[in-house]
Amino acid sequence: MTRATPPSPSIRRAPQVALLADGHRLHLQDGPIDLVIEAVGAEDVVRAAYAAATERFSGLLDALCDELPALRAAASPDFCPVSGPVARRMWQAVAPFAGEVFITPMAAVAGAVAEDVLQALVLPGISRAYVNNGGDIALYLPEGASFTVGLVDRPDQPRIIGTAVLSFDSPVRGVATSGWRGRSFSLGIADAVTILAPTAAQADAAATVVANAVDLPRHPGIVRTQANDLQPESDLGARLVTRAVPALTAGERAEALEAGLAVARDLMRRGRISGAALHVQGETVGTGAGLDSLSSPAGAAFIPVTPQPQQGRTHA
Amino acid sequence: MLDETVAAPRPAADEKIRCDACPVMCYIKPGMTGACDRYANDAGELVRVDPHVVLDRTLAQGGNIVPFNRGGDWDGKIVSSPETFVTAIGAGTTYPDYKPAPFIVSSEVDGVDMVTVVTEGIFSYCGVKVKIDTDRYLGPEQAVVRAAGEPIGHVTTSEYGSQMLSLGGVHHLTGGGKKEGRVTCDALLNLCNGKAVELVIDGGATVVVQAGKAPIVNGVPEERMRVGCGSATIGMFAKQWLGKADEVVVVDDHITGVLSEHQAGKLLDIPDTGIKMKGRRSTPGRYFQVAEPGTGWGGTNISDPLSIIGPFDAKVAKAGTRLFFISTTGEHSAYYELDETLAPVEKPMPEDLMASTERVKENCEPALCTVLFMAGAGGSLRSGVTENPVRLTRSVKDALTYVTSGGAPVYVYPGGGITFMVDVTRLPENAFGYVPTPALVAPIEFTLKLSDYEALGGHMSEVRPLASIPQGDGTRPVAPISDNPWPLAPQTAKRSHG
Repeated sequence: MTRATPPSPSIRRAPQVALLADGHRLHLQDGPIDLVIEAVGAEDVVRAAYAAATERFSGLLDALCDELPALRAAASPDFCPVSGPVARRMWQAVAPFAGEVFITPMAAVAGAVAEDVLQALVLPGISRAYVNNGGDIALYLPEGASFTVGLVDRPDQPRIIGTAVLSFDSPVRGVATSGWRGRSFSLGIADAVTILAPTAAQADAAATVVANAVDLPRHPGIVRTQANDLQPESDLGARLVTRAVPALTAGERAEALEAGLAVARDLMRRGRISGAALHVQGETVGTGAGLDSLSSPAGAAFIPVTPQPQQGRTHA
Repeated sequence: MLDETVAAPRPAADEKIRCDACPVMCYIKPGMTGACDRYANDAGELVRVDPHVVLDRTLAQGGNIVPFNRGGDWDGKIVSSPETFVTAIGAGTTYPDYKPAPFIVSSEVDGVDMVTVVTEGIFSYCGVKVKIDTDRYLGPEQAVVRAAGEPIGHVTTSEYGSQMLSLGGVHHLTGGGKKEGRVTCDALLNLCNGKAVELVIDGGATVVVQAGKAPIVNGVPEERMRVGCGSATIGMFAKQWLGKADEVVVVDDHITGVLSEHQAGKLLDIPDTGIKMKGRRSTPGRYFQVAEPGTGWGGTNISDPLSIIGPFDAKVAKAGTRLFFISTTGEHSAYYELDETLAPVEKPMPEDLMASTERVKENCEPALCTVLFMAGAGGSLRSGVTENPVRLTRSVKDALTYVTSGGAPVYVYPGGGITFMVDVTRLPENAFGYVPTPALVAPIEFTLKLSDYEALGGHMSEVRPLASIPQGDGTRPVAPISDNPWPLAPQTAKRSHG
């Protein structure tokens, strides 16, 4: 769990630090946080960058946890209740939503952590870098650099359903994914909603909001449970979170995706996000950032090759 | 340090526990996990759940299985390729590389460096095919197979020396009553995880099935498969019986053999004995339906072998004729001699016939239950949205993408989708789980080579489940099952791959 010797006596706990098997990427883990990090540059610069990222990460979780009650409470749209740097990023990311929907700063925790560590990582001489926090990714993309991002709708099928090339010209520096199958609870039924946004924390907050909007509120087959029945201290309290989604008809999938897409388009119009891809049971819709080419639910590309079984289909 | 405190979680009055594995200090309800999905409350005890199962090739050489242990300091060693293959067992969504639907960030200009390929699939289209090595009558074809009174499958075809059952499937899991689904899921889960399950067949037997173990039919453990049908047994052993008995009857529910009438007996110049068999004669010395199917001699319902013969033909039979009855497994045998009235009288079996009985037994293979998990992972592949959907599907069919289940090789059905079968005994222990849908959760891994992916269109630079699993924390290294091909050595893997 921990290293034999903490790097510095002033730090209460030491995260787990390791290079991945490829010898290039750095893995940092502490409690529920897993970061996969890559920086490109001269060897000694990368080494120094990884050391700086590790230093920033050490104690980060402790600082967050010191302000946990405030981070778990519904966010105010105009008052920041927290003082830590990561906690402030979280609040800043969710504040624009706070007047419209229920949201807590926790909705942006993964993206904010990625962003904060990325900031420490980017030393002079680093030409490109990212911090991937469990699918929520902060990007460093200076002039001349680009990233190709591939989109996978389900982990059990190794297929890329769309790609987007992000360059310096693009405003996108953050990518985040949210869905009911993920580690965090969702109020919606999206298998995944992936958002491209100017920052990782913004992307994270928006992914949460859009994923919550992909829903069929009156569908009787969707299993929902009070969040605090599952995790007593969940920031979602007694709100119903999705635990199982039955096989949906093409019409139901389209309805749910359209509901989410409307929210995503609204966020696009207001400049809060740059692109979105929404997935429900094998169907994908997208908007912005080159993701428009992902078909709409009514598109021919989504007509199943085989007819839907009459009954009982639930997964896979 | 953290590790000392982790070992002693503070129990709370309502059995929720405070996890102090990290400063989040989750308050975890019984049966639930904390925010990290890594630690859970198991009846008031803090446990690390669903440990990643790592097949560590090096363990095979040492022969030791390193027990899962989250205590102790991390020594900085990380699991390295290619000696380690990370299975999907317990993968869940814990690690970033395995989280559903990640965007993938490239480390190359045109490539992509993170692809989620290790997962636990949720299968409601799944079941098990059970092969039960027995000649005993388990029940009529198409009969309903029940567990705890609920229909969970049916009897399908008989195979040579075995009876096949088809259990589970989407209709029992989700198409019937709620209880039916739950009981079916439970039975499948237990069978897949190598546990014994009692099955009751309508109009047939009660059989206890456990993968890799002998079936127990109506309370009696089956020991052997038959050496052959009754006729084949005559052919195999005729020469060895010559001179030791005047007549041999091999009792079999399928074809009962009679030595003196059989071609093998004719070739040895064995004279007629005047025996009169019941049942329907097929060809000389081969009889169908000498009795009803059952759990007695040779898969028939008889316990007295004389019940399948009529009175001896007085014109042919001689007093003193030696009669040897044996079943196709050698489990039952009896010896008679004809008295002055040409009636068979049981006598102590001569030693050489006892030895012959042993020989028949020796040539029977041990009777086992085989459980093959079968599931379809085709749904998500079906609606092609990729640039090259056909090529992607084909990559699995062409074994460019190697599919394993818990590191075990699978047979992938030809045709559409990814429908596969795997021998559950080739997976590590407790590899299967369930969700209350109800559906089974089974590990499935897709391993792709870079060159194969480039051939597909070059979106991914790497699709392999080798990653950031530190040893000691939440990993359960297990020695690979020796018969399984190494998943990351495709040249050996593909050979056993359908």
